[in-house]
Amino acid sequence: MTYLYAFLVGGAICAIGQLILDFTNLTPGHMLVILTVAGAIAGGLDLYQPLLKFAGAGALTPVSGFGASIARGALAEAKRMGILGLFTGVFEYTGMGIAVAVFFGTLVALIANPKA
Amino acid sequence: MTSQKAKKQVSNLPHMTQASQEEKRRQLAYKELLQKKRPRPRYLRNVLVAFVVGGAIAVLGQLVLRFFMSRGLDLDAASAPTLAVMILVGVIATGLGIYDELGEFAGAGAAVPITGFANTIVAAAMDFKREGWVLGMGAKMFIIAGPVIVYASLAGIVVAFIKFITSP
Repeated sequence: MTYLYAFLVGGAICAIGQLILDFTNLTPGHMLVILTVAGAIAGGLDLYQPLLKFAGAGALTPVSGFGASIARGALAEAKRMGILGLFTGVFEYTGMGIAVAVFFGTLVALIANPKA
Repeated sequence: MTSQKAKKQVSNLPHMTQASQEEKRRQLAYKELLQKKRPRPRYLRNVLVAFVVGGAIAVLGQLVLRFFMSRGLDLDAASAPTLAVMILVGVIATGLGIYDELGEFAGAGAAVPITGFANTIVAAAMDFKREGWVLGMGAKMFIIAGPVIVYASLAGIVVAFIKFITSP
């Protein structure tokens, strides 16, 4: 059942992004920042977690889930070790993904070229 | 102001009124023509495709999340490797040239999932390496992903701080 919810919620967040692209003059870069920051605000206020529990990867894999993961990490570490945790926790859940993107992204850029 | 006044004065003269009406009609006709000729974005098609493709990527993510949770990780602990695996999928798909085609087809359906985030990093790395390894690829790899990380971190730290000091 979670797969259905993941499909619906993940699809809905992407549909919101598409509506922003089609009905405003914002670039995809702006749209991604808006969705991610919205996710970060919701995640920092503990509002994103119910959606995560409900839809799993449907809430986690869109960039809003990435933003929420940044804020969730900061909040979780702050609760664990005090105010410094805000800074050590920021990349708690997302750092691995960023490292993977840098490492394997560079590897791919070494061997592959952009299509003309 | 002055031009409005001038227009009013002009429209008081009968022969000018006819001329300006004619002008107005021509402008309207031109506008209509423009509306007809300009390709309109296919809103419904775009939203539906974004929904289905984005949903499908989320289902793939759910498979990965399920795998890590079946290994005994809770939702929080499993979210880091899930994001990492999905980013790796995006990296590989971009290297194979698949993701750019998906992006053209699905718009936000491909851009919004974390695989699209990975795509922006790899695509920038491939594009800018011809400007040099340090100031090209190294500097510009995060040209689109960078702002996302910056503003999400800023918002995340501020909001988590507020939540932290206000919760008992």
